[in-house]
Amino acid sequence: MNETARPDPEAFLRAAAQEGRGRLKIFLGSAPGVGKTYEMLTEGAQRAKAGTDVVIGIVETHGRRETEALVHGHELIARRIVPHQNQSLTEMDIDAILARQPQLALVDELAHSNAPGSRHPKRYQDVEELLAAGIDVYSTLNIQHLESLNDVVASFTRVRVRETVPDSVLEDADIEVVDLPPDELIERLKDGKVYIPQEASRALTHFFSKSNLTALRELALRRAAQAVDAQMLDYVRAHALAGSFAVGERVVVAISEQPSAPGLVRAAKRLADALRAPWTAVHIETRRSATLSDAERQGLAETLALASRLGAATASIPARNVVEGLRRFASDARATQIVIGKSTRSWWFELRHGSVVDRLVRDIGSVAVHVLPSDDDAPARVRSRAIKGHWGRPADYVMTLLAVVAMTAIGRLLVEAIDLGNIALLYLVPVMFAAASYGLRAGLFGGLSSSLAYNFFFLPPTGTLTVSNPENIISILVLLGVAIVTAQFAAGVRAQANLAGESARQNAALAGFSRHLTVAASEEELMQGVCAEIARLLDVRTVLLTPSAVGPTLRAAFPPEDRMEQIEKAAAQWAMDNVQPAGRGSSTLTASDWLFHPLHTQRGVLGVVGIARDDAGLALRPDQMPLLISLLDQAAIALDRMALEEQMLDVRHVRERDRLRAALLSSVSHDLRTPLTTILSAAQELRRDHALPLAELIEGEALRLNRFVANLLDMARVEAGALPMRIEATDLFDAVASAVQDTRQSLSGREVKVDIPPDIPLVRVDPVLLHHILLNLLDNAGRYGDPGTPVVIRGARTADALLLSVIDQGPGIPPGAEDRLFDSFTRIEGNDRAKHGTGLGLAIVKGFAEAMGLTVQATNVDDPPGACFTIRIPETCIIKDMPLDDRP
Amino acid sequence: MTTRHKVLIVDDELHIRRLIHSALARADYETVEAQNAREALDQLRDALPDIVILDLGLPDRDGLELVPLIKQRSDATLIVVSAREATDQKVAALDLGADDYLTKPFDTDELLARLRVALRNRLTKGGGVSAVKVGDVEIDLLARIVRKGGHEVHLTPKEYGVLVQLAKFPGRVITHGQIMAQVWPREVEHHVEYLRVLVRTLRHKLEDDPQRPQIIGNEPGIGYRLRTDGEGG
Repeated sequence: MNETARPDPEAFLRAAAQEGRGRLKIFLGSAPGVGKTYEMLTEGAQRAKAGTDVVIGIVETHGRRETEALVHGHELIARRIVPHQNQSLTEMDIDAILARQPQLALVDELAHSNAPGSRHPKRYQDVEELLAAGIDVYSTLNIQHLESLNDVVASFTRVRVRETVPDSVLEDADIEVVDLPPDELIERLKDGKVYIPQEASRALTHFFSKSNLTALRELALRRAAQAVDAQMLDYVRAHALAGSFAVGERVVVAISEQPSAPGLVRAAKRLADALRAPWTAVHIETRRSATLSDAERQGLAETLALASRLGAATASIPARNVVEGLRRFASDARATQIVIGKSTRSWWFELRHGSVVDRLVRDIGSVAVHVLPSDDDAPARVRSRAIKGHWGRPADYVMTLLAVVAMTAIGRLLVEAIDLGNIALLYLVPVMFAAASYGLRAGLFGGLSSSLAYNFFFLPPTGTLTVSNPENIISILVLLGVAIVTAQFAAGVRAQANLAGESARQNAALAGFSRHLTVAASEEELMQGVCAEIARLLDVRTVLLTPSAVGPTLRAAFPPEDRMEQIEKAAAQWAMDNVQPAGRGSSTLTASDWLFHPLHTQRGVLGVVGIARDDAGLALRPDQMPLLISLLDQAAIALDRMALEEQMLDVRHVRERDRLRAALLSSVSHDLRTPLTTILSAAQELRRDHALPLAELIEGEALRLNRFVANLLDMARVEAGALPMRIEATDLFDAVASAVQDTRQSLSGREVKVDIPPDIPLVRVDPVLLHHILLNLLDNAGRYGDPGTPVVIRGARTADALLLSVIDQGPGIPPGAEDRLFDSFTRIEGNDRAKHGTGLGLAIVKGFAEAMGLTVQATNVDDPPGACFTIRIPETCIIKDMPLDDRP
Repeated sequence: MTTRHKVLIVDDELHIRRLIHSALARADYETVEAQNAREALDQLRDALPDIVILDLGLPDRDGLELVPLIKQRSDATLIVVSAREATDQKVAALDLGADDYLTKPFDTDELLARLRVALRNRLTKGGGVSAVKVGDVEIDLLARIVRKGGHEVHLTPKEYGVLVQLAKFPGRVITHGQIMAQVWPREVEHHVEYLRVLVRTLRHKLEDDPQRPQIIGNEPGIGYRLRTDGEGG
């Protein structure tokens, strides 16, 4: 700690005032148009609703109607007009806001440069002033305006922004990333919903490319993650929670409804563990997915649940076929390893469709593909499946028939004008209509009825189903064939659209769900939100229970529920203990009215969610299962994050308290030292010039007080946790010699014997800290050793360490006190009056030693009896190759 | 000496200035005082002191910034005063040209001893000395010969190089960086372990008891000092 860095009492008061400083929250976006301002205003409105005094400092709506609507709900501080050259610019009126003293000010565009002649050149400086005045501020910022990222962003977007803010503004701010997937942003841009300054529009067209937006989005997310306290990140990494941005390997496992899928998931987990890679289990929904039986759907959901339990992210994406879907997903997820199962389809299926494995390996480029054999012993179970539609409603067939009839009527009208062969073509219209609207079977039905109608009404002899001309038989067959193929395609497109629609609905539900979860301010609110959302999305009743000492405790429910029967609690308990579903519709404790699913992350089970439906039967339809699993996953992660945040807050409080205490001690120590110097020197003068015995007393006591102050200061440094250190090669002979030299007075004539092997290696430590350790140990020996006895300093090399001991001759350490000795303010009982210690010396020794990676130990020795304090310098701190003394 | 040496005391604490003043007056020094950096620079110009005692904790300016300014503007000997734990600050001050340092709180006797050493070095201007004697060790800087108890001691060139850096200014702390810059002038990065080993062998050759060195003293984290005769310990 140097003199300039010491906090003075004023600084201390200022630090106390910091407590009353406003908090900054930044809505961080990857690009213009993601909706930062909208988000800020929405949250501002929520705060206002909750009773906070909110004003708008400045907001640019860029004429967007939704944004403007939000502005109207708030009090607006009128802008200040700044005349500049021949025009007048408007800027935020910081004085008006300061005078108004709201609790929260909304200030758009943190990176904005103020007009010349403003108080501060930059808006973030205005914000700084608002914060200092105790006003909370919400502001918005795009990632490319951050100083450290300016170059990076410019390098790939080829657009350099001149307005930047220093990274330090993010340090103390809360950050919320306003996220919008690139595709949606581009969509918004096309719809004209993104404001772009006229002069920049050309450059920005390039800026808004998908690859740029993806990169910017990643930067924003990363930066936000960085800004989260490092400790939080460590915690998250140490517990392997999702969300850490690991680079390098990524494993994707493709799963299907086949019984071998759980085996694949486990194999992928092993691979991911071996590579220390994040992994994802993905199910590709193709047209076949619609034809799965309930049991197969259930199996699929369970496999996804298993993957999620083993730490995978899970996804379910629609695609035309497995290969295409997997290839797209793998590139989006930047997978480096793909795990798939060996197909158990028939050779006939493979002949027609090609092996998934072969096509994947061919198409996927640089990704490693692991193909695992299926251990399925009932391959017959898996059969090739044509695209079967459902039989559908009779009305569908009636409609199809009507369409054929209508087309026949039209054909009759046209028969004079056009060729018979072309009339056959007309019949493709009802076939396509039927297939696209009602599915494959209706399409085939349409094809058959069309060919019959064609035969009956148009082919001579008309009015019969006989055909006179053999050519016309070919016409009918072709019509039938074309109808069948067309029907297949049309039905396929329809099934695909249905799947995509379903998937989009689920994704929207999930996105909405996670949004709801992020706004929750407390655990209670979060749990209530989880229950309400799941109930709404799945149309069920929900409860949430958490484990406690007295069994599962009801924490939230929707609709409200105040008690649970014993059987329900048993099912909930079982679900928690086994991390598996229990209750109605599961395989365990089925008498329960509720179905309980565990909420768990890798850190363990956080609780269970119970689901019930008023009518009889299953609590949940099997096709709702994947959605439920995803919802529970998100809920568990949100709960976990909330718990982590609370722990973090505690850690922060403790740290802040320690910091203040250290600052206080340091300040007090400095303020004590100045008068002490005066007293000490004055006493010395008096003693020398006038030989006053009382002056000697003053000098002695002043020296002692000085030592206490020094000890307090050292202790403060240890407890502040950030002991400034300069580790360098140090010779123990040097260290011992200067320590002995400096303790001549306190050892008052005791002999110090130094016994260190002459070839003892150099060590890597902080020489100043080691010096203070030795001073304290020698001081301690001088105080507790019997009068007149020598102190021994002994060095020794052991197999894996270097030991330096300070040994006195005296009463030694009372048994059992060996460890307690190193605590602050501990002194050996009964010796207080005689020994004049602060009780800090040994605590400092321990603190300094541990800061350097050394350990200290106190033992008693026998011959002669006394106490022995040993510093152990581990192998890692020893310099093994002694440098040669003379290099050129 | 016909004229009294003039000492400039720079410290923001009135009591400390008065105290140093009385100790110096007793030893027949003339003193002038300054309570901040601005006054210090004014006095340096007007009073032309021989010695400056500079407290690094000044209210208006970082004391370290003053060190090179004082060395540029005058040839006064500069002794800096700072807190015990500010090791980095001491090394920086010495490397910037300060002649010695004192740790607060200091004994006025210690201060006077340092002044005497500083003045002696000032008179010889380092390099003017032709021979130094510490205990029974004689260092003949002109003949480049080191004797202990009258017998010549064989030193390697590097060992001699280190010893010379210390012997040029007996009693003054020479930082590790200063020594290494002279002994290994071509090395860009200095490794203090080479110096440590050299000092260890030097002590074996020169000290009566290398475990309790009386000739080459160590200042932890700062540097080495050639003890002068009459120093305790």
